[in-house]
Amino acid sequence: MTAITNDFPRDHSLAEPRDLDLGGKSGGRALKNSIATFVMWAAFAIAVIPLVWILVTVAVKGGHLILDSTWWTNSQQGVTARREGGGAVHAIQGTLIQGLVTALISVPIGVLTAVYLVEYGRGRFARTVSFMVDILTGVPSIVAGLFIYAVFVNAFGFQRSGIFVCFALTLLMIPVVVRSTEEMLKLVPNELREAAYALGVPKWKTIFSVVLPTAFSGIITGVLLGLARVMGETAPLLILGPYTKAIATDLFGGNMATLPTMINQDRDQAVTLPAYDRIWAAALTLILLILLLNLLGRLASRFSKV
Amino acid sequence: MAKRIDVSDLDIFYGNFKAVEGVSMSIEPRAVTAFIGPSGCGKSTVLRTLNRMHEVIPGGRVEGKVLLDGQDLYAKDVDPVGVRRTVGMVFQRPNPFPTMTIRDNVAAGLKLNGVKNKARLDEVVEKSLKGANLWNEVKDRLDKPGAGLSGGQQQRLCIARAIAVEPQVLLMDEPCSALDPISTLAIEDLINDLKERYTIVIVTHNMQQAARVSDQTAFFNLKATGQPGKLVEIDSTSRIFNNPSEKATEDYISGRFG
Ligand SMILES: Nc1ncnc2c1ncn2[C@@H]1O[C@H](COP(=O)(O)OP(=O)(O)OP(=O)(O)O)[C@@H](O)[C@H]1O
Ligand SMILES: [Mg+2]
Repeated sequence: MTAITNDFPRDHSLAEPRDLDLGGKSGGRALKNSIATFVMWAAFAIAVIPLVWILVTVAVKGGHLILDSTWWTNSQQGVTARREGGGAVHAIQGTLIQGLVTALISVPIGVLTAVYLVEYGRGRFARTVSFMVDILTGVPSIVAGLFIYAVFVNAFGFQRSGIFVCFALTLLMIPVVVRSTEEMLKLVPNELREAAYALGVPKWKTIFSVVLPTAFSGIITGVLLGLARVMGETAPLLILGPYTKAIATDLFGGNMATLPTMINQDRDQAVTLPAYDRIWAAALTLILLILLLNLLGRLASRFSKV
Repeated sequence: MAKRIDVSDLDIFYGNFKAVEGVSMSIEPRAVTAFIGPSGCGKSTVLRTLNRMHEVIPGGRVEGKVLLDGQDLYAKDVDPVGVRRTVGMVFQRPNPFPTMTIRDNVAAGLKLNGVKNKARLDEVVEKSLKGANLWNEVKDRLDKPGAGLSGGQQQRLCIARAIAVEPQVLLMDEPCSALDPISTLAIEDLINDLKERYTIVIVTHNMQQAARVSDQTAFFNLKATGQPGKLVEIDSTSRIFNNPSEKATEDYISGRFG
């Protein structure tokens, strides 16, 4: 609608031909460039060195144990700190079971909260919920553990057991799931929602049949990364999940081993004892488990539709 | 089957902003009505009030009446979801559901509304794809993802998806603006076929397209940005293009502004 006219005031001095100056790389700029490059590489090295150091130490000290098949089939039952042998299957099982149950509780709550915040939430209540999720993100894991302890063990008089560990981990996992799911839901183009509405599909059905499936792999990625994060948590386990050397799968009663509590178990033993190597091996197992979850998470994000 | 639409004194708001003011018009059944006008004059906005999609936008609000064969779409007891089953819509950019196959995309409207009978669904899929002139191109790959088609095919897939729920009216917001000339022609042919059975409203920036496909043309305009858009006139397409009653229409059509 705007007519393009030709009467712009022209600054002819700009149009004057000038000699091109391409020569002579400026010394000052080259120096700055080198310094910045150096600082960047140094920062990178500082970040990576401790990581590599940890991985190498753990692998060197514990690697030989996890290469032994008994590590994956036996528990520590009957094995004392002075004896070699035994495995970590009791702790691996415990970590997996507790992780699975934590996910089963946190994923529905987290995903539905995210659906509320993205698809329905307006006004003060939604802002409050979002704020609460932010607060929950910042809760230290030991506080989550103590909170569950105070409520279920102190106030209700239950015995400490695996399920309460799951509750504490759920508190830590929910905000991760909410935030990552929210991000994925926001990425789903509005046009898809409108396309479904225009077919006479109700809103809730649109969300469950169109929006969530479109965001599915992204949500899975978030869940796996969240799970990887809480499976390495230790504080709630120390408070709520007493260790045992035997295989125990009952979440509702008795002690239950996990990898973090297994690592914690014999750490005051003499460095020369066989138990000491098993600490490193348990640590390596935990790292590998979490690495695997991370890889699965990355893999899931490859199949993303948004 | 096809229904007529009568709009009277329609004002359309986005929050406090009045985007369109005082639209009154009649849209004939079994005919194609084209909406033309400069960008921002409210063509899409008006179109979206005809199937109550406008209120999906936060703050979207409507005053006035839209009658579908005499029944007020904005009456208190009318369910917007039901309205959208009766008045289908095709969007500017093809938007097949990315998680669904071609077959499921076409069947989506029925499936998501609870139709499970497989024979019935297959029948509707075939009929709708034939109706959208896409059947021959996709009949051997119905179980491939809908997003794997070309843009023009995707748009026809979206048309098939819209007609699969057997609406009475089909709204199209610049359905060809993302397409090449050949796909555009395919869709224009399709519109010509579809008007036997549906009431069709199409928004377009392409004058030739309006002249080619429509029986009736409505010209919208706005005085200045920030002002509400208005319907200038609606008449038979040949009159609008050859002998409009308003000066503004003539100027727009002959390309003197816009
Ligand atoms: N979601 C929205 N929120 C607020 N204002 C909007 C929204 N969508 C459109 N508008 C405003 O409403 C007016 C009409 O917009 P509309 O999209 O209907 O124009 P149009 O005629 O379809 O233009 P175009 O030809 O560019 O598609 C414009 O002033 C626009 O800025
Ligand atoms: Mg538009």
